[in-house]
Amino acid sequence: MATSSERSPPPFPDSEDQDVLDTEEVRGRDSDEDEDLFGSPSTSPVTGMDTTLTSDVSMKPPSDIMNDPLIEPMSSQTENKPASEPSDDFFDLTNNVSVVAAAATKSDDFVDILGSETGAQRGEVVKADVTVEATIDKSEVTAGITDPLSQQEAKQTSTAPVIDLSGDSQPVTSKIANPLVDLFSDAPPAAEAKKPSSANVDLFDDEEGSDIFAEPLQTKPAKQLQKSLFGEPDEDVFGEPLGAISKKPVPKEQKEKSVTTKVTAGGPLQDSKPANIFSQAAASTPSVTSTVNSKSNGVHSEEEGDIFAAEATVELSLDSPRNERKKEAIAKPSAPTPTSLPAAASLTKPQPPALEELEEEEEEEEEDKFDIFVSVKDPEKIGDGMNAYMAYKVSTQTTLPMFRNKTFTVRRRFSDFLGLYEKLSEKHGPNGFIVPPPPEKSLLGMTKVKVGKEDSSSTDFVERRRGALERYLQRVVNHPSLLQDPDVREFLEREELPRAVSTQALSGAGFLKMINKATDAVSKMTIKMNESDVWFEEKLQEVESADQQFRKLHALVESLVVHRKELSLNTASFAKSAAMLGSAEDNTALSRALSQLAEVEDKMEQLHQEQAANDTFTFAEMIADYIRLLGAVRGSFDHRMKAWQRWQDAQSMLQKKRETEAKLLWANKPDKLQLAKEEIAEWEAKVTQYERDFERVSATVRKEVIRFEREKTKNCKRQIIKYLECLLQSQQQLIKYWEAFLPEAKAIA
Amino acid sequence: MMQEGLDDGPDFLSEEDRGSTLPNFKQNEFSVVRQHEEFIWLHDSFVENEEYAGYIIPPAPPRPDFDASREKLQKLGEGEGSMTKEEFTKMKQELEAEYLAIFKKTVAMHEVFLCRVAAHPVLRKDLNFHVFLEYNQDLSVRGKNKKEKLEDFFKNVVKSADGVLVAGVKDVDDFFEHEKTFLLEYHNRVKDASAKSDRMIRSHKNAADDINRIASSLYTLGTQDSTDLCKFFLKVSELFEKTRKIEARIAADEDLKLADLLKYYLRESQAAKDLLYRRSRALVDYENANKALDKARAKNRDVLQAETSQQLCCHKFEKISESAKQELIDFKTRRVAAFRKNLVELAELELKHAKGNLQLLQGCLGILKGNT
Repeated sequence: MATSSERSPPPFPDSEDQDVLDTEEVRGRDSDEDEDLFGSPSTSPVTGMDTTLTSDVSMKPPSDIMNDPLIEPMSSQTENKPASEPSDDFFDLTNNVSVVAAAATKSDDFVDILGSETGAQRGEVVKADVTVEATIDKSEVTAGITDPLSQQEAKQTSTAPVIDLSGDSQPVTSKIANPLVDLFSDAPPAAEAKKPSSANVDLFDDEEGSDIFAEPLQTKPAKQLQKSLFGEPDEDVFGEPLGAISKKPVPKEQKEKSVTTKVTAGGPLQDSKPANIFSQAAASTPSVTSTVNSKSNGVHSEEEGDIFAAEATVELSLDSPRNERKKEAIAKPSAPTPTSLPAAASLTKPQPPALEELEEEEEEEEEDKFDIFVSVKDPEKIGDGMNAYMAYKVSTQTTLPMFRNKTFTVRRRFSDFLGLYEKLSEKHGPNGFIVPPPPEKSLLGMTKVKVGKEDSSSTDFVERRRGALERYLQRVVNHPSLLQDPDVREFLEREELPRAVSTQALSGAGFLKMINKATDAVSKMTIKMNESDVWFEEKLQEVESADQQFRKLHALVESLVVHRKELSLNTASFAKSAAMLGSAEDNTALSRALSQLAEVEDKMEQLHQEQAANDTFTFAEMIADYIRLLGAVRGSFDHRMKAWQRWQDAQSMLQKKRETEAKLLWANKPDKLQLAKEEIAEWEAKVTQYERDFERVSATVRKEVIRFEREKTKNCKRQIIKYLECLLQSQQQLIKYWEAFLPEAKAIA
Repeated sequence: MMQEGLDDGPDFLSEEDRGSTLPNFKQNEFSVVRQHEEFIWLHDSFVENEEYAGYIIPPAPPRPDFDASREKLQKLGEGEGSMTKEEFTKMKQELEAEYLAIFKKTVAMHEVFLCRVAAHPVLRKDLNFHVFLEYNQDLSVRGKNKKEKLEDFFKNVVKSADGVLVAGVKDVDDFFEHEKTFLLEYHNRVKDASAKSDRMIRSHKNAADDINRIASSLYTLGTQDSTDLCKFFLKVSELFEKTRKIEARIAADEDLKLADLLKYYLRESQAAKDLLYRRSRALVDYENANKALDKARAKNRDVLQAETSQQLCCHKFEKISESAKQELIDFKTRRVAAFRKNLVELAELELKHAKGNLQLLQGCLGILKGNT
């Protein structure tokens, strides 16, 4: 039940980080209760229990242990099939875990069960019964614990289905039991032979990861494909036993379950501590969760499925970061495919899981393949007075199959853009992604627009903002991961968007955000991260100094714009004066020349004005964009630091727990020692998980920064060349104007 | 004939070098050091000389304005600590260039004054002028004291009030009537144009300074790293550094060829107006003398005195009218020639700079595009 909470998908996938933390708490509490529960039955000395268990293990138990969880997967699977509502899935999961826990800890019952029901087909069924019993035994507790969870979800209907479902599952279980039993009869030797160690777990995790990633891709297009795909990695890792299974038409989930169980088996073999079984189970369950979740995706509506898919990616914290990154790269473009036409699968196909260098190249190709162009046009003022707002036309042109149409247009207001950013940054920020930031809210500028003065500064403002929004959206859709986000698609496609509320500059939510930012800043100052990675240290410094330089440059360019506008204005007034002087002049030729000069100056005024616009839109705005983007880069560094902090906290916590254990050992309090050991195991798992989280975030940040820099280089060059070309043109015009004037001047006589 | 050259020392002393073939100079070539105040003295001596009432007195060169530059220099010294080394050197260079430009301008204006005097058939024979040119010691002219300044001020007020009065008098001569209206209009126009051109050029200079700072900012960006982009930034910085030089030159040339021209004709037209005022004054005096003579004759009292005074006024007026006509025609010729020269030069310089800019941009773009 400890893990049950963990697999509960948070209501918002983006807030997953927070939720994980929450889950940890819940988990901690849960495990405590578990201890209480199991503490009473196992009144016998711990050592005794240990020995019995080990002995079991040495004899035959792996299969038994596996058998137990084996049933749960079945039940979960069977439930999955009939029940299409996500709530059921969650419920199952909760149920499962409780059973696992029960099976693992209740050593007495456990052994009994093992003794009676090994290897038999019907054993499964019986065991299913047993598990149900077990659940019933603890039904109060389970209910008690799952209830708050269900409330959290607000999706669950009631706890009653738990038992019902497990009851339902029985026929199906018996049906599928056959291959499974084969599996398990084969499996134990393998498990023993392999000496499942932590390395084994890792390997398994990787495979698991690939499964999960691959899954959303395959669920829809073809079931068979999926199977074959799954067969492969499994074979690699588990060798013959699984290879045998893979030939059989076993539904994928069972296989995964079997994998899980193997890990659980690995635990006792390795350490022969009941606590370890626990921890292993805990460690492995998330993966199960994600699989189940993603499985359910196929059943669910498109959008939900996508959210879950994204979440699955996120929850896959057990993967080694490198592998995961690779997989992510593959999975990302393919993630939406289940929701759209199967043709999309072909798009993802040509990308083999390659080396990092290859990957970069691929990504560039990918970008080219991202045949999507977003434009923001026709700013239009809607409403009057202070309630007025600007609406922009967002047109998308794409050949990507994930969109229903090739071209579509929606109207969006500024806060919608901000809302999109909020969603994206909450979802992807903690994972180390650099989410392109939109232009800032500008009370002053907007107030001017609202007041309705049709002067140049407000049209300038609107045009600037429009350009910034367009570039912002273009950046979002050019990002391989962000494009896949359902919110992005919704933003581009959906006619009506729910009003983004939290973006109001002075609203309550805004205030909360401000407080959050303040606390963030404080914690940033207090966190002293002793950077282990030189690369990050250097990059951070680079980013910071670049930020400073860009800011300075921006101020300078802005001042150039101001002066250029001034120049344009003054040139205009001089042109007028020159014309007047020309009219006052009584020498005809000179008078003519002077009015020609006035004309030239008039044209110069135009040129200066265009140049000022060029300065603003091509140069200053680019720099402003980069100032914003550099902020986002720093944000991703901060997220990395947070992940690091969490890991460190967990480590110090583990340290404390170990100290407590040592104390208890010294004080010779065996009953509490058990609890301490379990806690240590739990925190050990957390530490590994957080460490991997951190590594994953680090890897993502690194990748993203490299991507950012590549984009920056490309974009900067393009923009500056464009800017210089504008300058070039204006110089050409200038030459033309003066060349026309020269004969006039010479004609003065 | 006479050529004049001017060198300026750091304390606005003007040094004249000239070769002269005119017989009334003692030597063929000589040089003296003169201060701005001495130029003013020479000008004032012309203005005060009744003999020259019929001529357009060449306008005195304007007082050099180094105050702004000095102030900036001081600020630079104070802000030395808060700036990076590059910024400081840049600022210093900027200031030095500005200082030098003002200097050259000042020298040029003083030179123009002397050239004008030397080119004038009557004024060049002036004794004071000769003293100014030849006396190789300090003329020990002092600046006007407060009392004199106040007197000058009142004189000016009276003159302008009188000018309004006198201007109302209908001229019998169509030529002068036309010149009067023209000069009034022209003076106002040229005043306006001069002010506007100054502003235009100032903002042009500001823009050039901005480009300069952008260049140095890009330079710092470019030196942070040795990535591709940084090299790119360095190239762009180099380009901006060059273009800003050109832009600054454009501003300086516009200043020299356009603003200074306008400023000069602002003063020259004022001088021409002054001439017309003197003529009108003489005319009014003449008419008054006529009336006084009529009155005297009617009363048969002091007729002789009135007659001489009337004849004096008549003579003065006729003398002024005679020379003024030629002077005004000359003024126009000079003006047209000066405008032609300066406008042609301006256009040529603008073209030169624009082409230079174009070439720079093309070259830089070629390199940058080759890079990408």
